[in-house]
Amino acid sequence: MLRRRFLLSTPAAACAGSASLLWPGWSDAWAGAPIQARSKAAPKLVVVMLRGAVDGLSVVVPHGDTGYQQARESIALAAPSSAEGTVLPLDRLFGLHPALERLMPLWNRGLLGFVHASGSPDPTRSHFDAQDYMESGTPGRKSTPDGWMNRLLSHLPGPASTTRALNMGATPARIFAGPATVASLGLGPRAMDAKAIDNPELQAALARLYASDGSLARTFQETTQSRIEMSRTMAAADARNRQARREAEMAAAAPGDNGRSSDPSADAGAPTARGFAADALRLGQLIQADPHTQLAFTSVGGWDTHVNQGGARGALANRLGSLGLGLESLIQGLGDALEHTVIVVMSEFGRTVRQNGTGGTDHGRGNVMWLLGGPVAGGHVRGEWPGLDRAALADGRDLAVTTDFRGVLSPVLQQHLGLGDAAMDQVFPGFSGPMLKEPVLRS
Amino acid sequence: MISRRRIAGGLLWSAGLVSAVGSKPVWARTVGSTPDEARALHALNRLAYGPRPADIQAIRVQGAQAWLEGFVAAQLEPQRVALPPMLAGRLQGLETLGLSQAELLSRFQRAAQAAAAAATAGATASPEVGMSNTAMPDGSNAEAAQTRARREHVRPVVLQAAQARLTRAIESPAQLQEVLVEFWFNHFNVFVGKGPVSVLAGAYERDAIRPHVLGRFRDMLGASAQHPAMLLYLDNAQSVRPGYRAPGLLARANPNAGRLSGLNENYARELMELHTLGVDGGYTQQDVTELARMLTGWTVDGRAARQGRSGPLFVFDPGRHDNGPKRWLGHAVAPAGQAEGEWALDILATHPATARHIAFKLAQAFVADQPPASLVSRLADRFLDSQGDLKAVTQELIASGEFWQPQGHGVKFKTPYHYLISSFRALGLATPADVGPLLQVLAQAGMPLYGAQTPDGYKNVASAWMSPEALAQRVQFASALAERRVRQGGRIEADAQGLIDALGPLWSAGTRDAVSSEPAPMRLALLLASPEFMKR
Repeated sequence: MLRRRFLLSTPAAACAGSASLLWPGWSDAWAGAPIQARSKAAPKLVVVMLRGAVDGLSVVVPHGDTGYQQARESIALAAPSSAEGTVLPLDRLFGLHPALERLMPLWNRGLLGFVHASGSPDPTRSHFDAQDYMESGTPGRKSTPDGWMNRLLSHLPGPASTTRALNMGATPARIFAGPATVASLGLGPRAMDAKAIDNPELQAALARLYASDGSLARTFQETTQSRIEMSRTMAAADARNRQARREAEMAAAAPGDNGRSSDPSADAGAPTARGFAADALRLGQLIQADPHTQLAFTSVGGWDTHVNQGGARGALANRLGSLGLGLESLIQGLGDALEHTVIVVMSEFGRTVRQNGTGGTDHGRGNVMWLLGGPVAGGHVRGEWPGLDRAALADGRDLAVTTDFRGVLSPVLQQHLGLGDAAMDQVFPGFSGPMLKEPVLRS
Repeated sequence: MISRRRIAGGLLWSAGLVSAVGSKPVWARTVGSTPDEARALHALNRLAYGPRPADIQAIRVQGAQAWLEGFVAAQLEPQRVALPPMLAGRLQGLETLGLSQAELLSRFQRAAQAAAAAATAGATASPEVGMSNTAMPDGSNAEAAQTRARREHVRPVVLQAAQARLTRAIESPAQLQEVLVEFWFNHFNVFVGKGPVSVLAGAYERDAIRPHVLGRFRDMLGASAQHPAMLLYLDNAQSVRPGYRAPGLLARANPNAGRLSGLNENYARELMELHTLGVDGGYTQQDVTELARMLTGWTVDGRAARQGRSGPLFVFDPGRHDNGPKRWLGHAVAPAGQAEGEWALDILATHPATARHIAFKLAQAFVADQPPASLVSRLADRFLDSQGDLKAVTQELIASGEFWQPQGHGVKFKTPYHYLISSFRALGLATPADVGPLLQVLAQAGMPLYGAQTPDGYKNVASAWMSPEALAQRVQFASALAERRVRQGGRIEADAQGLIDALGPLWSAGTRDAVSSEPAPMRLALLLASPEFMKR
């Protein structure tokens, strides 16, 4: 269905050609293999959290708002023109950061959209509280023990599975905290390697050892079941994926090293921005190859740009470039599964409209949410734009929040994942709207 | 070299502590432990990084009660606990540990210059020091040069700081001091990946944290506020009054380059949110801005750094200070230069919200993920009535009934750091001469040493660490450590029995039975992966 729309809306040859150039493997998704009852494929949701509060005004730039250039004398990006380093036109008001140019084909095909001036109704400017609220799904309430994606997992229509939800990262994510089983995928090129815990003999011994310890026994069971499932999935998909993964890992490797900086002070062992591309590709491939996987989450840090964030080039531009590469890899990994996948990119709050005294921005309020994927009604910057007049700013300094982040996620949960009203009350308790007025998804 | 030899032959039980099969020591035949032994083990798990075989032996020789009294008393007086000469010698061999702040910064400068020179020679990309991980796809040549320069000038500093931290954690007899250094460094976290903080993180621990962990909170707060590592990490070094123009040639030559013109509220916010009052401490956005204004001018003395001054590089620059009147936390603040910031630290260090915040964090780290309210409230009271005497507060914690209650034993899920350190201690191993692989283990587990990117540091609750991936990694680590014993000529069956015997009362009857009935080659790994070793 969806593929037919792509083919109708763009010249098929150009479309397939450019797609395969951009993403090897991706061309299959719209010009290749025969349809195998894909409409029955389970809908998927991938959430990418940008921890540290990305400067949304530099991602989707309101160049048409006169307040923007005034507030950012040295870090504003220029309105679209033929000159280098200007924003890429989205509509009359907004442009995309040029470091994200590789995502423009998605925008042009209507697979990428944004909701600006969105965020949390809670006014905290604490990273940690704001992330907590965005992951618990209950802004202003700290006592919520679980995360909204775990509650979502519990209420997802259809049969349960150990790999239905997947967290990519070395540590558990708040958003997945809760009783429902979540598989986890480590980071780095060896994340899928066989480990000691996969040895059946040791596994059996550990199961006996943990039998009398409730929490360990449960985690252990989740570990072994999900690892079996994931390795089976990856083995099956391996032949198809090997070439793409090798390319991504080569792209991720710096000249003369192994893809991670050998200087511990450079990345302190945290996933590097370029490493994210290889990790994201693996995540995409895993989701694509496992028909059970419906929910995934990962996060990327390093957006807290208080100093010298730069404009078209510089620290933030470099980060965004790497993020764009990562999202492209994720999409490449997803392949034809992108048709029924919605990717949401969000961050705990935005940053001050006015640049600070050190060429950066401080903690603000409203931000931009990104939506990517086949079901997304893309090609638009949605949301009510409150403007950058001083009178319109929150506390006289920040982009106001006009759309609750739950008002963006709710339509995705309801229309895409098929949640009913009762389930929605569980996932976002106490939230009854307002929803984003414009459509987030294709009808 | 030293450590390799020690690893190979250093297991205490193989040195005669535990004899061969057939003549087990008395305690090895006793299943379970006495209440006093349980308390002694609890102390080792919470006030130290877990038991070493020698600790268990000492408990048996002295009696648990007597050992415990001596242990707690000694731990609260770390200056009286002598480091073993071997350990002190190895720390002394790490020559960058004693470098001054200026010498350390000059190393970073050298690396930055070398990278910049290579970049101008090869490409147009400019080195970014404000953020980590800022590789541009087309700047890889410049980046490779930067990596080389850092490898030469910066990396040894970072590695030696890590080597020292891990060596002390594994081997220092003043264990509580090490646990507290980890706690307070984490509380006042700085991130090694942010530009010049890389070379300063170890000095920060040395200058601002370690001397004060059983001293006065206000002293640690002040030392942290004035340390170049913190001033650079949370950007206060660059926060200036509106309209300020940096004097000097550079500024005149290029008035727009890196010009400082105003406030940066990053440090002021985290100072209240994380270091003192806590996020619910009752301050507003306006209070953040006003505190940032009060702290303008607190910066790093660049001239002194270039001249190689041997002492601290903190300076108050009156030219950068916003001298207008302010209103902060309900107080009218008259212009007073540096004294404004000092006064603010005084207020924050004795604030009841700070007392509660610190009390909660200590109780959570040392007692339970959900600490008893009664304990938090008593610790907060002690904090206030002792004017932030951290020794008094720590003593109150250790003397509390809540700390010792038996149902709280062995329930804290270890962090990756604690798990790693305690494994080396349990096996009686010395710190390897190359800690690189250990740092990899920590990084892979999501807890790189000095690598918490955000100022809130690492959490220490189970919900932050227990996951399928974490479990897989721990089992992997346990197996690798066991395998290494075999490669180095160990007899794994004897080692496993040795570990059971050496740490006697640590193991539950269930674990002893379960492990003994499994095939010998996997016993050592099973012990290290057992519930009582995953938790503390």
